[in-house]
Amino acid sequence: MVARGEVRAMAVALGFRLIDQTRLATVASELARNIIKYAGRGQVIAQPARHADGRTGLRLIFEDSGRGIPNIEAAMRDGFSTGRGLGQGLPGSRRLAHEFEIVSSPERGTRVTVVRWI
Amino acid sequence: MNGSQRIPILKVGRVLVVPVQVDMDDQTVIALQERILSELERTGARGVLIDISLLEMVDSFIGRMLSDIASMARIMDARTVVVGIQPAVAITLVELGLELRGVDTVLNVDEGIKLLRDEFGAHDEADDEEDDELQGELHTFGEPRHHA
Repeated sequence: MVARGEVRAMAVALGFRLIDQTRLATVASELARNIIKYAGRGQVIAQPARHADGRTGLRLIFEDSGRGIPNIEAAMRDGFSTGRGLGQGLPGSRRLAHEFEIVSSPERGTRVTVVRWI
Repeated sequence: MNGSQRIPILKVGRVLVVPVQVDMDDQTVIALQERILSELERTGARGVLIDISLLEMVDSFIGRMLSDIASMARIMDARTVVVGIQPAVAITLVELGLELRGVDTVLNVDEGIKLLRDEFGAHDEADDEEDDELQGELHTFGEPRHHA
């Protein structure tokens, strides 16, 4: 909830148009919810990014030290969920971003990094 | 007082009108769902009109809630219409992979009321008289007068 608002405000400040603000706020909502649901707590980092071609972007990092995702490939499929969710959070977020990276292990938890360029 | 109490549920004829004007967290969404269903039971309304024109974001959780409300309301013999989805929200919903299954969507409240009214008219002639009232004014009241 907080993440949504903060991310949208940052997207506005960076000059993203409305549809991209909405995409970024939605990604923030989905992935921040995953942290709370599966790890209990973690952090969301939002930082401006600069593409090699000069475009501005927004990078969002979602980190937790939970138990990690046992099967990332399955988790990235539409409709797959081990929780109560719809299974749209991860695959949906990937479609809303330009870059999407997920690193997860039982020892170090999960880190999802997404970037959207203007 | 939880967040959902800030969202009014208005009875307009035999329709519950729910203008969602605040960004909702998950708990607010769940509480709102429960309130709508108990209002359906209490009032015997036949339709639910949820206005989300002021919502700047609908994520998978809110989307699922809208589908769930529609399914549950249907079991209680009521039809649900969601009105006023912003273009950016519609695009994001589709990209997320949400279909809002079982939910009718229309552009504005007028269309929503019209759609629900047509639905009642087709099923229940006794509603016609009251449905005509809906065209003129929006009012909140208890029991339908002509049943008295």
